[in-house]
Amino acid sequence: MALTKAMMAERLCDELGLNKREAKEFVETFFEELKISLENGDSIKLSGFGNFDIRDKRERPGRNPKTGEEIPILARRVVTFKSGQKLKTRVEAYAGSVK
Amino acid sequence: MTKSELIENLAMKHTHLNLIDVESSVKIILEHMAQSLSKGERIEIRGFGSFSLHHRKARTGRNPKTGEAVALAEKYAPHFKPGKELRERVDTSIPEQ
Repeated sequence: MALTKAMMAERLCDELGLNKREAKEFVETFFEELKISLENGDSIKLSGFGNFDIRDKRERPGRNPKTGEEIPILARRVVTFKSGQKLKTRVEAYAGSVK
Repeated sequence: MTKSELIENLAMKHTHLNLIDVESSVKIILEHMAQSLSKGERIEIRGFGSFSLHHRKARTGRNPKTGEAVALAEKYAPHFKPGKELRERVDTSIPEQ
């Protein structure tokens, strides 16, 4: 089962004794802070986990895959994630099939 | 923004929590995420994005220094797909609504 914000909040209750509402709000603002930083064009470096970077893409020619019609893909700004060495190593060790 | 800046920003918004608890909370959340991924589980955060594992096939790599061929085993690598809200907020070419 996928990890959700509710499960993260539950863990904060269990491990730190935060009340349910506090924990839920905390997880909410945690991701909101990340979004605010990226929205302001500021990349994020979370040591042990990874970096979120901003990339400015130039306009390039594209195609509507259904109609074959040529349409330009406009210049845009996107977020990329690069996992840190520590996370990479932990994940690499995973040998099973992905759920 | 670094992890310590994130902790500072969150501390300003959660004045009822002491700094130690804010710091621990951030670490617990990141550790929870890393744990899930290392068990092969996805992470789904609506509006932010999802994390999953991508399979990498075994391949023959090269030691860039010596040019020597090295056999690399298959593995999994973390992958992040930004959610719709994050994509729209970051892409300044989209006019604000």
